[in-house]
Amino acid sequence: MVKLTVNGKPHTYDGDPDMPLLWYVRDDLRLTGTRFGCGAGLCGACTVHVNGQAVRSCQTKMSTLEGKTVGTIDALAGANGQLHPVQRAWVTHNVPQCGYCQSGQIMSAAALLKATPNPTDADIDRGMAGNICRCGTYQRIRAAIHTAAKERA
Amino acid sequence: MMIENISLSRRSFLNGILSTGAFVVAAKIVPDDLFAQTPAAGAPVFNTKADTAPLHPSVYLGIEPDGTVFIVTHRSEMGTGIRTSLPLVAADELDADWSKCRIEQGVGDTRYGDQNTDGSRSIRDFYDAFRVAGASARSMLVSAAAAQWSVPPGELTVVNHEVVHAKSGKKAGFGTLVPAAAKLPVPAKTTLKFKPKTAWKYVGKEQPIYDLKPIVTGTAQFGLDVYRDGMVYASLEHPPVVGGTVKSLDDKAALAVKGVASTSTIDAPKPPLLFQTLGGVAVVGNSTWAVMQGRKQLKIEWNDGPHAALTSEPFKAAMIAKVKQPQKVARNLGNVDAEFGKGGKVIEAVYYTPMAAHASMEPPAAVADVRNGKAEIWCPTQNPQAVQDTVSAALGIDKKNVICHVTLLGGGFGRKSKPDYAAEAAILSKRLNKPVKVVWTREDDIHHDFYHTTAAVYHKASVDAKGKPTAWLHRSVFPPIGSTFGSPVPLGFELDMGLDDLLYDVPNLRAENAGADAHVRIGWFRAVTNNFHAFAAHSFVDELAHAANRDSLEFMLDMLGPGKVIDLKAQGVDYSNYGADINKYPVDSRRLRRVLEIAGERSNWGRKKPGNGWGIGIAAHRSFNTYVASVVEVEVDSQGRVRIPRIDQVADPGVVINPDRVRAQMEGAAVMGAGLAMYGEITATNGRIDQKNFDGFRVARMNDAPVQV
Repeated sequence: MVKLTVNGKPHTYDGDPDMPLLWYVRDDLRLTGTRFGCGAGLCGACTVHVNGQAVRSCQTKMSTLEGKTVGTIDALAGANGQLHPVQRAWVTHNVPQCGYCQSGQIMSAAALLKATPNPTDADIDRGMAGNICRCGTYQRIRAAIHTAAKERA
Repeated sequence: MMIENISLSRRSFLNGILSTGAFVVAAKIVPDDLFAQTPAAGAPVFNTKADTAPLHPSVYLGIEPDGTVFIVTHRSEMGTGIRTSLPLVAADELDADWSKCRIEQGVGDTRYGDQNTDGSRSIRDFYDAFRVAGASARSMLVSAAAAQWSVPPGELTVVNHEVVHAKSGKKAGFGTLVPAAAKLPVPAKTTLKFKPKTAWKYVGKEQPIYDLKPIVTGTAQFGLDVYRDGMVYASLEHPPVVGGTVKSLDDKAALAVKGVASTSTIDAPKPPLLFQTLGGVAVVGNSTWAVMQGRKQLKIEWNDGPHAALTSEPFKAAMIAKVKQPQKVARNLGNVDAEFGKGGKVIEAVYYTPMAAHASMEPPAAVADVRNGKAEIWCPTQNPQAVQDTVSAALGIDKKNVICHVTLLGGGFGRKSKPDYAAEAAILSKRLNKPVKVVWTREDDIHHDFYHTTAAVYHKASVDAKGKPTAWLHRSVFPPIGSTFGSPVPLGFELDMGLDDLLYDVPNLRAENAGADAHVRIGWFRAVTNNFHAFAAHSFVDELAHAANRDSLEFMLDMLGPGKVIDLKAQGVDYSNYGADINKYPVDSRRLRRVLEIAGERSNWGRKKPGNGWGIGIAAHRSFNTYVASVVEVEVDSQGRVRIPRIDQVADPGVVINPDRVRAQMEGAAVMGAGLAMYGEITATNGRIDQKNFDGFRVARMNDAPVQV
């Protein structure tokens, strides 16, 4: 039995302790904003926050989440619908093409800005290298992160 | 090879392919009866809100009495912005308020015309149809207002969702006019008046994509996000070699995994493969995780079949040997051999490109609910009509009994035109009599793609005193897309992408081509055979410039000459021109010249000098009726690491609906192209693909992608 908090709500889980958090939020909770991309921690599409840190949910076993707080893209915006600064910057720069990887990109960027409020291009490259975008929106992602950093400052 | 009949003519192949809904050579793109209230094609497969709205002048558009305009996009959204762009065309012609327009995604249904969203042709083929949809509705609203106010229609204007009579100051919103307008006949297409370009309100202006907010908040619905009541999950172990069959299966351990309910074997397909499932063993259960775990416990012995013959290194050597030999002529101008025989200076080069995987970020996935002889499918597909065809063939039911709902696509790039994954879900759902979701893993996707083909390209030119070619021979050899449809040799369109349609002005020119055994499924991948044909040809031209010690841009412009419309037919080419009318979309080297010149100016070409680990290159190509020039700067550090600090691109694509999305496509193409050029490679050993996931098949990441495009 694992007790955890997801997007502010308490949950208990008693299934396979090895099941990754990805499939718990998607199949069990139907929080489908978190995407399946590779299942191997290589692409970042499944990035969520655990205790405020960006993690790959496809590599995070349910057994490791006792007492932890999980945040997904589905609740990144405020309860009143107010977008997070990173989401607003994504809108400003029209970042998405197909949009599939962008949940993970946004979650990684939000965590990056929390740790590094004023990132350089090199900080962004380092912080975002784990998130693949096959459509190739990297240039706009970089610009949007700078915009979000300015807005937060 | 699994070829039944190699004597089929190119045309009969194309007809066969058309009937499977494949690729660019659509003969009849927009049906004649498109704008009739009741299409002759029969009842709609599925009623949209546009269909049920009282004012419904087109399958693409309907207006409710509350003024809401429903616009149907029948093309698939995979990141190009098409789901927004085509409705913008209709909204502009209607003078609708964009905030009162709702976009609906059309199901697979021939009444929309062609739905195969590939070939970079959605705007080219449907721009007029969406203008007509908007203009028809506008005309009916104006007629209704004119009758109501007893004024001539010519005195009325339409301004932002209202019909206005300036003289009397009367105004009526679209919604209030709908009941009266709905009683009027749909005007004949020939009577419609279209807005002049100067009055365009949305076309040519920037507009955020319709799905922007759902994407950034995570609520956008992709194929993997479909859940149906009573649904079970399935994951398939496909044969590791194409055409392989199950020799023996031990599923005891798989069935012992908690959450796994059953296994189900699907037979290998009979050739030609088309878009059929590869077959294999499905593990079915109550969660995605359970069936993925169950799959790992399957013990299967396979009969590999003949395609275990593919090992990339010897295959590459054989292709390179073949490309050095004479092959079938695809284009001929003047006399190349006579010119070569004169004994002048000759330059030769061989280029090779490996296979590549599409690797769209969303792996293939589909949900099917097949009950009582009817199939309902939800999936990310570039071609819902091919889903109908493939599923109806797999189940032995009529196409009209297959409803295909199109979700957003997490990338496509050509892979999701081929709905083998939808057929798998349908076959399993029929057997289980309940909804089934099939989820491919990334490893499945990399291992069982319809690959971008590998190619060898040979170039030979004799040059004059200034280094300009007097004769030029180019020749390509590759396993063709045709193989997926039963052809051992490339189909016409595979040559019409950079082999037989180069625009340089050379007096003696010959293009030749041959196929090579496929052994894997070959499919179209973004830009298709242009990728290797253009890479080889323009690299070779650059080699010629270097050999002549001339500036590359100046040399390319000299080779293009002043520019002209090129008559390929006169040079023996039965040119498919990407399915477009050659008179309307000619092969015009003036346009290529223009993008090269602009790229040179904008990139400060000529003022930048290579050296110290920094270099710059330029090339221009006509691909899918768009003319593109690129200038790429490259840095190599002391450890041999390559960085691309800047790419400048100039594109002339014709009509642009949403300039920001065209820029986005060009940015993305540069990133994908850089990834392909630097390290993306798929190889096989004994018919088995060597790469497993994004560790083996590398794609561009932020830290190695071009920095500024």
